[in-house]
Amino acid sequence: MLRKLRIGLAIVAIIVLTFFFLDFSNLLPESVQSITKIQLVPALLSLSLGILLLLLLLTLVFGRVYCSIICPLGIYQDVVARLANLFRKKKLRHKFRKAKTILRWSVLSLVIITYISGLGLVLDLLDPYSMYGRLAVHLFKPVYMAANNGLEHLFTAFNNYTFYKVDIHFWGWVSFGLAFASLLVVSVLAWRYGRSWCNTICPVGTVLGFLSKYSIFRLSIDHERCNQCGLCSFNCKASCIDNKSESIDYSRCVSCFNCMESCNKKAVQYLPFWKIKKTDTAKAISKATIKTDTSKRQFLSVLMLSGFLLPKAVAANFNQELVNGLRPLKRTIPLMPPGAGDRKRFNSLCTSCHLCVSKCPGNVLQPSLLEYGTEGLMQPQMLFDKGFCNYDCTLCTEVCPSGALQTLTKKEKHHTQMGRVVFVLENCIVYRNETHCGACSEHCPTQALRMVPYKGNLTIPEPHPDICIGCGGCEFICPVVPYKAVYVEGHEIQQPAKAFEDEEREEVVLDDFGF
Amino acid sequence: MKTFALAGIGLAVKPAKSLAALVPEEKKAEQAVDMVAVMGGEPDQMFKRAIAEFGGMNRFVKSGQKVCIKPNIGWDRVPERAGNTNPLLIAEIIRQCFAVGASEVTVFDHTCDDWVKCYQNSGIEAAAKAAGAKVLPANQESYYRQVELPQGKILKDAKIHQAILDSEVWINVPILKNHGGSGLTISMKNYMGIVWDRRTFHMKGLQQCIADICTLNKKPVLNVVDAYRVLQTNGPQGRSESDVVLSKALFVSPEIVAVDTAATSFFNQIRSMPMDVVKHLGFGEELGLGTTDLNKLNIKRIKL
Repeated sequence: MLRKLRIGLAIVAIIVLTFFFLDFSNLLPESVQSITKIQLVPALLSLSLGILLLLLLLTLVFGRVYCSIICPLGIYQDVVARLANLFRKKKLRHKFRKAKTILRWSVLSLVIITYISGLGLVLDLLDPYSMYGRLAVHLFKPVYMAANNGLEHLFTAFNNYTFYKVDIHFWGWVSFGLAFASLLVVSVLAWRYGRSWCNTICPVGTVLGFLSKYSIFRLSIDHERCNQCGLCSFNCKASCIDNKSESIDYSRCVSCFNCMESCNKKAVQYLPFWKIKKTDTAKAISKATIKTDTSKRQFLSVLMLSGFLLPKAVAANFNQELVNGLRPLKRTIPLMPPGAGDRKRFNSLCTSCHLCVSKCPGNVLQPSLLEYGTEGLMQPQMLFDKGFCNYDCTLCTEVCPSGALQTLTKKEKHHTQMGRVVFVLENCIVYRNETHCGACSEHCPTQALRMVPYKGNLTIPEPHPDICIGCGGCEFICPVVPYKAVYVEGHEIQQPAKAFEDEEREEVVLDDFGF
Repeated sequence: MKTFALAGIGLAVKPAKSLAALVPEEKKAEQAVDMVAVMGGEPDQMFKRAIAEFGGMNRFVKSGQKVCIKPNIGWDRVPERAGNTNPLLIAEIIRQCFAVGASEVTVFDHTCDDWVKCYQNSGIEAAAKAAGAKVLPANQESYYRQVELPQGKILKDAKIHQAILDSEVWINVPILKNHGGSGLTISMKNYMGIVWDRRTFHMKGLQQCIADICTLNKKPVLNVVDAYRVLQTNGPQGRSESDVVLSKALFVSPEIVAVDTAATSFFNQIRSMPMDVVKHLGFGEELGLGTTDLNKLNIKRIKL
């Protein structure tokens, strides 16, 4: 019964969360995003105390159910393990394995220490929610989009326009490669060893495992009923039931209830700890006693060193020589998404789950390489090769679960300068060809690029960076290739944008056609 | 496809020098109306009146025809901001097409802002669907087909949306707006929403390319210029409601250069806009697309 409940909840959770990542046409209601906001690491980073308290209570009452019904990567592993059994002649028999306590705590320490010392990348790479997010964005979404395009093709052939074609995006080899690698590792481990990733590497698993040792409800084995048949242990994907000593390692138990359902003698029970016979609990707790590990420091030093050795930022191309008559100017400071505020704060809070990348309707938010330095690898930056930031859109700031992007209202966004416009006269069509253009001004929502009289009837852009919000409409549309006549320069700290002033106008009375 | 090919050849024979080429023989009376200008009503009401002056929609759309309506839906703006054609007008035109027996009406625009937001917030998607039209996406290159423009001066070919190419008749429904690049955007400039690569226009010379694209051998049967709300400054998207003038006017004509000339003169009352700033009008005339001399035309001016 409990197992069925767990499976039901897990299926709903993973479908909703995955679809939320894939849902490009916003079919799901906004409220669905709460499923990303109850993920532990994002909640911790955004200091959502209510959610943290809730998760703490959940774990202290029921054990690590989080790993079974909330964590998408955990549920994904269960799906893989189940699929694996379909391909096997005989169901995989798990067996009790010793806890990899040292490894677990080393990884957790590494994550914490690197994070505190300013390299959040380790956390970004290992946070199970963000890992899953990247799987969804870089591996599942292209498939989903291709399927949509297939359906579009079919339906449009019958003159039905329910579906529309979409671009299938590839966001670079780094994000794709890391997503693919983590998919491979997690899947292979899940296929062969069930939940071993969660109980050896996952930092969230280690923390919740520690807490769940003190949970009220836990699985236990009734020694009077148990005949040591081993079924519970065979079915334990966490490999945490030692049926010889009839004990369970609670730090690894993810409360999947497989053992309970498999037991023919009803010896495995889910009870509050005071109803469990003493011997059991004592054994279990002593087994999982924490041993401090010294090897973690070695890990650490190597990792931190590599962080400092990698280049901090990609060198700016400030070559002043003309290329094809164009001045090759490029931005030197990467553009952070709306609501990012301070670069340091943003880099430390973003875990690169890429939800914003997936949701951005203009395809402006793209995973960075080393533009932010090593600590910001894969974190979203604004690039304008595919589109520009819609003036009224605040979607990314709303969906960000970790608080790296602070929610902005439309009005707040209109007054936030993500970057400043830079106009390169020598590259401008009007200057070079003396023909009308104005594409940049046309796309500027605040007229930070204003067309002013030039030669004859021509008009030419005049930059007003004070009222620029850095949306990149100008840079996107500027027809000059390969070096645009206009680009947006980033800020280390996003600035307030000055409000534009409406022109004074006389009341126009129109009582005739004028022709 | 076949029907289009035939229609294309039919229209390709010669550029429309005047309305005469487009108006059926029996209507070539002296009183034939070339343009109707209406002021002082609601968008749908003004269109009803204008089309009645022409003698009804069946002069332009025949029973069984596939019609494509091309509004300006370029920006993520609500109707009050005058960034896009008025949805009430679009809905009325669709209803009139169906009333004279159109077999299908499609609506699309290649937007500048995110197309989903534009279609939604302009109110056009909802209004068009409610009136029975099919609202088509235009966000992918594969919806466009390469077409030669032998009469174009500098623009020799372009990729045109298939909804235009596959229709039997199309109706051009721009909104009159100030435009930072071309002075004004009216009917001729509205053609840019049927092409895929607009950067080329800016690259090669915007004003000439606008005239060149209008040489496409499939002309709209009607140009309906929405001047119910006019964006007088900071066009084509405008940045606040203070850019908008409630001018309550509508200009309808099969003559694209003439109707744009009329609209320019109308705009000129709001803010100075000499004809030579809107250079593509003159270029259009040079290419034989029509006249900027409104005295040559029979224009009906109606105040409601």
